[in-house]
Amino acid sequence: MNPSKETAAKCEVSFTVNGEKKKVLAHPMERLLDVLRNELKLTGTKEGCGEGECGSCSILLDGMLVNSCLVPVAQASGASMITIEGIPAHDLLKSLQEAFLECGGAQCGICTPGMILAAVHLLEKTPDPALADIREGLAGNLCRCTGYMQIFEAVSKAAPRRAAK
Amino acid sequence: MRADPSDYKLVSPGTLKGVLSLLSSEPSQWLPIAGGTDVMVLYSAGKLLNHNLINIWNIPELRQIEVFPDSIRIGAACTYTALREHGTVSKEFPLLATAASWTGGIANQNRGTLGGNIANASPAADSLPALLVYDAEITLISARGERRMAYRNFHAGYKKIALAPDELIQSISLPRRFSGFFSHARKVGARNAQAISKVCLAALGQCASGAIRDVRLALGSVAPVPLRLHETERVLTGQKIEASLIDAAGKCVVKEIRPIDDIRSTARYRAAVAGNLVTEFLEKLAAAGSRA
Amino acid sequence: MTAPHIVGSSVPRKEGWDKVTGAARYVDDMVLPGMLYGATVRSTIARGKIGKISFDPGITWSEFVVVSSKDIPGKNCIALILDDQPCLASEAVNHPEEPILLLAHPDRHKLRKAVESVAIDYDPLPSIHSIEESEEQSTIIWGGDNILKSYLVEKGDVDSVWKEAAHIVEGEYFTGAQEQLYIENNGVIAAYDPEHGVTVWGSLQCPYYVHKALMALCGLPENKVRVVQMETGGAFGGKEEYPSMIAGHAALLALKSGRPVKIIYDRMEDMVATTKRHPSRTRHRTAVDRDGKILGGEINFTIDGGAYATLSSVVLSRGTIHAGGPYHWPCVRIRTKAVATNTPPHGAFRGFGAPQSLFAMERHMNRIAHVVGISPVEVRRRNFLKPGQTTTTQQVIREEINLHHLLDRALELSDYAAKKKRFAEENKIGARKKGIGIAAFLHGAGFTGSGERYLNSLVGVEALADGTVRVLVSSAEFGQGTNTVLCQFAAEALALPYRNVVIAQPDTTVVPNSGPTVASRTAMIVGKLVQSAAQGIKQTLTKTGLLADGYTLEQFRAACAQYIAAHETLKSYARYEAPANVYWDDEKYRGEAYAAFAWAVYVAGVTVDLTTYAVTVDDFVALQEVGNVINPVLAEGQITGGVAQAIGFALYEKVLWQNGRMLNNQMTNYIMPGSLDLPPIRVFFQELGNVHGAHGAKGIGELPMDGPAPAIVSAVEDAIGVSFHSIPLQPEDLFEALHHESVGQAVSPSTRGRA
Repeated sequence: MNPSKETAAKCEVSFTVNGEKKKVLAHPMERLLDVLRNELKLTGTKEGCGEGECGSCSILLDGMLVNSCLVPVAQASGASMITIEGIPAHDLLKSLQEAFLECGGAQCGICTPGMILAAVHLLEKTPDPALADIREGLAGNLCRCTGYMQIFEAVSKAAPRRAAK
Repeated sequence: MRADPSDYKLVSPGTLKGVLSLLSSEPSQWLPIAGGTDVMVLYSAGKLLNHNLINIWNIPELRQIEVFPDSIRIGAACTYTALREHGTVSKEFPLLATAASWTGGIANQNRGTLGGNIANASPAADSLPALLVYDAEITLISARGERRMAYRNFHAGYKKIALAPDELIQSISLPRRFSGFFSHARKVGARNAQAISKVCLAALGQCASGAIRDVRLALGSVAPVPLRLHETERVLTGQKIEASLIDAAGKCVVKEIRPIDDIRSTARYRAAVAGNLVTEFLEKLAAAGSRA
Repeated sequence: MTAPHIVGSSVPRKEGWDKVTGAARYVDDMVLPGMLYGATVRSTIARGKIGKISFDPGITWSEFVVVSSKDIPGKNCIALILDDQPCLASEAVNHPEEPILLLAHPDRHKLRKAVESVAIDYDPLPSIHSIEESEEQSTIIWGGDNILKSYLVEKGDVDSVWKEAAHIVEGEYFTGAQEQLYIENNGVIAAYDPEHGVTVWGSLQCPYYVHKALMALCGLPENKVRVVQMETGGAFGGKEEYPSMIAGHAALLALKSGRPVKIIYDRMEDMVATTKRHPSRTRHRTAVDRDGKILGGEINFTIDGGAYATLSSVVLSRGTIHAGGPYHWPCVRIRTKAVATNTPPHGAFRGFGAPQSLFAMERHMNRIAHVVGISPVEVRRRNFLKPGQTTTTQQVIREEINLHHLLDRALELSDYAAKKKRFAEENKIGARKKGIGIAAFLHGAGFTGSGERYLNSLVGVEALADGTVRVLVSSAEFGQGTNTVLCQFAAEALALPYRNVVIAQPDTTVVPNSGPTVASRTAMIVGKLVQSAAQGIKQTLTKTGLLADGYTLEQFRAACAQYIAAHETLKSYARYEAPANVYWDDEKYRGEAYAAFAWAVYVAGVTVDLTTYAVTVDDFVALQEVGNVINPVLAEGQITGGVAQAIGFALYEKVLWQNGRMLNNQMTNYIMPGSLDLPPIRVFFQELGNVHGAHGAKGIGELPMDGPAPAIVSAVEDAIGVSFHSIPLQPEDLFEALHHESVGQAVSPSTRGRA
């Protein structure tokens, strides 16, 4: 990125997505969400609200769960990102997908990618979450279909170690 | 998404010096953006009036938390997650760590910053009452140098902060002298997470020989700025906590605050709940004191 | 052969793997070559004449496609029932956000500024914004009297009961608007070419509703309109009728430009411009005897329909038929109406009128209990419908439903008696008061009365050469399990593995019209037709000697291959046949309203925090009789999700109106419950079967919307002794009631729990 004044021109932004190096030409204030979906055709990440309330756009950016609708692409320069499409490569994450399927964690499916990313982030930090930890970990992801109960079950089921009672 | 990205500039000098140099050569032209959890919401709604943004997310000096013997200094671009995970912050400044855990969900905590919360200056901001009771000091920086001031003087009015056109918030310092205090925080919002507060309390208290030696109360969402309740503190200091005092304090709270009706709640409700939160704190302080 | 009983087991969601891997394709995931993006210029006033329209010269308008009502080739309306709603306003507007012009541009980012650069002059007219204002009739905005529809149901001789009554109990109850808040906003892509006509891909529930609307709007014949449903991210009724509007808009832009056009609403636009649940006001006047038995009464139920009729007549119908609840009314007069106001038309939302009238009925039962001096449990026992008795529309209850038993079971599962006792003790001290409340209710599945006959649904099942069986229906999947359940029925009917059955993407050029995906009809009614059509496949193969009884999967595959080699396709269709004894009188609004009712008793446990006046639901028991559970995991998910939405309806979700326009049209200010707000929702089933439903299924999707709100408000009454009769019930309302005593009414038999 040029250090001095830019015109409202596009710039080159490089980052890694799902293990692959990518380079895009975008306006610096393009939302990361839009770059992922429209430039990189990774349409698994969804827009539900555009205000950082619903979590449907959640991805992992440098290991942190973030709402990609609130990240200007320029700030993702040099970052390493994981979207729902990147998940099959990970053990833990596949077991989350299987658990979601088994427990009914996905109904209409639109919140599901963000919800699974949030669950990945939670389980990476807390491998044996109690129900309260799961509720808190998913508090930024709204689901209108399930009423959450079967999502909690799915996350619990996928957790590597069962929480101490 | 109601903004046209081609209408906006976002520059990324990459160093503090570079940022300050630009703010100095073009004061009031550049809006700093850290985690973007406030700026990007406005932007997305088509309501961001400033079209020139300067990236401060990637400035390492702004992201450090330094622990000194008598104080702790928190870089303005420290995220809520960083605050929650920092040992000294969570142990000695629980009101701040708790406020950080209230701000949005995990994804927003990973990006939202303390400096952003201060600069955005919403009267409903969760962290600001904690800063008031902890006697925070704020350091501002520009190409001209550093400037420190008591945080309590930083908010002049609704969304009016004492930041010069070429200045950036550099850090917040908190004196390490509150470990012996009883602390209590409570936020009232429309739901348990991801909610802008209707009323928010940060409170510290210390008793000696059954009387209140030092009490600090600050509320959010009840005035154009986060409010320290000096009157109510005066009524309480030096007194024994009993029913009549608690009652008097509750009434004083209602007199001291200036809540409004808005899209989230009503003035009457806020006033009543503010009083209730303070009386609840005092009851807990009394119970804690009697156990000591 | 195959595993027995695919129906009744929790086979995995048919499209589930795509959903959990992010591969599922929603409309905004699709891009067509040369595609433009569309946006809508909307009214900024509630009512008035449209004057001059100016286009700010700061925009290069030559880059834009601009469509007005003048560009409509067919009829300027959204064809539905009365056809009174224009697709684009031409001379006048009747609600804020009413669509007037459409714009399209290759760069979606250029649209917002362009929309804001269209200046429209209006000549404002007086507007009305409440049921009461509409009833005053001093300003007439629709028809001759603002009344979109009305019904009268009469049973027995109501006028004679008043003098016999030991008590006459009156009450007035209100429910507010509610936003469906599907997480995927409304969106469509439309394309046009002279050979194929108009094609629309969209997030929608009813492909054939959109098909019918586009035919009328575009002036095209049946075979020149094609509608395809994409993966749909939630609907709840909010995508029943509304998609015809957005599809019409995209189609008009596609027609004018000759290019595909995508319109995706952002959250702010979706909330402010599209349909919501009808607000309601119910007035009860009931004659009861000394023991609290209902002798008869009058029920006046009024809903706010918004500016155009759209679906209000049908919402009103369901609200009317459910107004008496699961109780025996020896006589009753139910007068209902839908009135017009200058707000975007209200529309379908899960429950569809029943949550509104059932809220009132359940609250009113508690009021009756209080007046008579008996418990909420006892008053219900004394009035429950029994088999052999008739409903308010004089439908005979033919099935062996035992509501006493259902109530007993719910009370046991929720530990009701013990909790009531414990709460009474615990509430004596402290600021947190606990309470427990119940609701008993019913929900009729399928279209009312002759509705299913009118829909005349057709279902197809196809066998492919490799033995894959494909279900052909226009019934849409939007999370509720359509794909899974219908494939279960087909697999079971053909004794094949579940994985051997697939379901075609609803595309009006491929699937027949199995009716709209609404009214909790899909498993029950469409499912039965899927069964028949599947059986038809088997019959064809066995009749031609290609298959014998007890066949294996391999034998089935071979038979299909042979048959198709000879006949090219193997398809079987089944058409709806009305059950013989289901008779409904549309004029007197009397008779067999629904082929089946599902029944439920819900119990809510709450804590009221008198420091913050907030109500938290701590525990929730949902017990329902649903005929037969087709897929336990999916069924439980439907109940849990519906209860969560109803908890939102009761406590969290308030639409703030300003001159007919939604003020809080952002997720930050319209609050739905999140993961930290909901209690464990404990779901239990009872199964009585259903002769009219596939494998004994009854509809379950909407039922859970009916009970939670009154159960919660009753629990609040139990906790603090204040009776509320209006939802949403928010902390500010509790505060005002406790400190003013003019809003709520203190009805607690004891003084315990008062602040």
